[in-house]
Amino acid sequence: MVKVVDGRLVEHPILKFNRGKEVTIYFNGKPIKAYEGETVAAALYASGVRIFSRSFRWHRPRGFFCAIGKCSACMMEVDGIPNVRTCKVYVRDGMQIKTQSGFPNAEKDFFGVMDKLIDRIFPHGSQYTKFNNKIFREMLISRLRNFAGFGNAPKVEFSGNADYEEIECDVLVIGGGPAGMSAAINAGKYGAKVLLIDENPNLGGQLVKQTHRFFGSAKHRAGTRGIKIAKILEEELRKIPNVDIRLETKAFGIYGKIVGAVEKSKLLRIIPKKIVVATGAYERTLIFENNDLPGVYGAGGVQTLMNVYGIKPGNRGLIVGSGNVGLILSYQLLQAGVEVAAIVEAMPRIGGYFVHAAKVRRLGVPIYVRHTIIRALGKDHVRGAVIAQLDDKWRPIPGSEKKIDCDFICVAVGLSPTHELLYQAGCKMKFVPELGGLVPLRTKFNETSVEGIYVAGDVAGIEEATSAIMNGRIAGIHAVIALGLGGEMAKKELKESLRDLEEFRAGPFGERIICGIEKCILAKEVEI
Amino acid sequence: MKYLERGYAELDELPPFPSEERLKKKPVAYIECPQPIPCSPCYEACPANAIKMENINDPPVVNYEKCTGCMNCIRVCPGLAIFMLRLREDGKGEVTLQYELLPWLKKGDKVELLNRKGEVVGIGIVNWVLPPERNDQTSLVRVEIDAKLIYEVRAVRKVKE
Repeated sequence: MVKVVDGRLVEHPILKFNRGKEVTIYFNGKPIKAYEGETVAAALYASGVRIFSRSFRWHRPRGFFCAIGKCSACMMEVDGIPNVRTCKVYVRDGMQIKTQSGFPNAEKDFFGVMDKLIDRIFPHGSQYTKFNNKIFREMLISRLRNFAGFGNAPKVEFSGNADYEEIECDVLVIGGGPAGMSAAINAGKYGAKVLLIDENPNLGGQLVKQTHRFFGSAKHRAGTRGIKIAKILEEELRKIPNVDIRLETKAFGIYGKIVGAVEKSKLLRIIPKKIVVATGAYERTLIFENNDLPGVYGAGGVQTLMNVYGIKPGNRGLIVGSGNVGLILSYQLLQAGVEVAAIVEAMPRIGGYFVHAAKVRRLGVPIYVRHTIIRALGKDHVRGAVIAQLDDKWRPIPGSEKKIDCDFICVAVGLSPTHELLYQAGCKMKFVPELGGLVPLRTKFNETSVEGIYVAGDVAGIEEATSAIMNGRIAGIHAVIALGLGGEMAKKELKESLRDLEEFRAGPFGERIICGIEKCILAKEVEI
Repeated sequence: MKYLERGYAELDELPPFPSEERLKKKPVAYIECPQPIPCSPCYEACPANAIKMENINDPPVVNYEKCTGCMNCIRVCPGLAIFMLRLREDGKGEVTLQYELLPWLKKGDKVELLNRKGEVVGIGIVNWVLPPERNDQTSLVRVEIDAKLIYEVRAVRKVKE
């Protein structure tokens, strides 16, 4: 069995956790032990805190979900500043953290009774439908919104620096995951002045939690673990002197030729010639009863908690979805000494690679295809779940319900592209189910309908890391060619990289992606 | 593709086993990777050219006569899908498999033998280990088992003491 101390893993077959100095943070006034390098949400989770906030209307408990700053379930007041995503803020000694919804706090909320009481009289959403009198209905809705609250206005004055720094560069890469790093490396090596920004304190994007060995060919680092690929790419990147890397930097808008960003507390005005958007994706959730109960997590959130911070997510988990993410997560849970109660999949067959399924199945994890989760059980935290079989029309078959004993549920039902920046920049978008949602139209060189804006990685369509690296390479090289750099060598490499990608996608798993990309390929085909 | 409904493959969905004669000569690689996926490290690692793969999406096909039992492929397989099988002179069998769980196994450890469905089918003894630090944290474990179990045993778990 894997040894656990204070909710934290002290050993792991693949990873070594180097924890920083021990510090004390205060949660609603109560001292909590944490280690430098942990986020506030991770430290609270390790100490057993499960309720992070309350829902706006019915004061239902909400907890940890995505761990990468995409959901809002972990927003709290940190050192007097409200609405801080605690999964993105690192602990400091003496930090004061307060939950901002609920009375007296989110964990013990007297208003939580609203959920039980009102649910009987006015079921969820009934304020919109139950009252014929418009004036009364609107008054009720406005009262409810008022009651919900969004934290308290800050009591401290802004003390940061309001000046801005202006940066001119050839290629701006937004996002330091596999696609972004690959784009920056390939643009940088042909001499372009590159600026790479990422909102996290470290490069690697979601690679930093991928402990499994990657698929593909040796040329694309197959057989190497994701965590190592992140390090290899970073080393390669840092060797190129004309690449400037800014971490903890968020791009908030593309305004014609100018990109606005915030580096820690400093404003950046970036004037790039070309932009590569590689912002990745966020997790989808699923509709079922009690899906907002603390203990229902995104699969990536659990990976972050377990593989980045070394915190045990629970004792026994249920995995919903059998794509590669769900299957790999199941195996990672077993490696961390966590039991996996079952994997449920609504489709008639497993969605991910068979070999990933086989390696958890042979360790005794049941996989139920044509099953779905009906509800999560528990009052303030998941204590179990009910699953049921589905018929041909995707309806649960009465009498097939089965109770599953578990203390957390991981939702691994796919990702959606983080496309907001592209939308805001005016790129033409299209809903393509094969690619996971709204994606930009692009040329085969990954340029969008807005000249000079490229896409690479999951934001262009949900795929996986190896193809993200390949797509970053294509975008980076095409951008430098368009800038008149690189010469014949770059042109040759661009052709080679297109061929590599084509070969990689030639199998049945690539078929779906190719089918999706055909739907959003831009007519303007710029030949090089 | 029934194996995708179950999460494990039945014998008729897997490649034929090497002949008993071949299994008695020296260890041989047996690959349980029936689905076309873009993956080729085993093919690239094989020094004997015993693994056939026309394109990166093809499932690997092992030529058991060419396979020298060198274990290069089992060291790199990202899918944990390769097993080295052997029948010994003394009537015992041996299976070598990839192992990435705690506690790490040592020579002499008693282990429960699990089949493709995760059912315990017997008890075996670890008789050789490639420690995790020598293969990027994927340990290789060889277990001594009943000869007829080599077609079945695909995972091991340390017996709780």
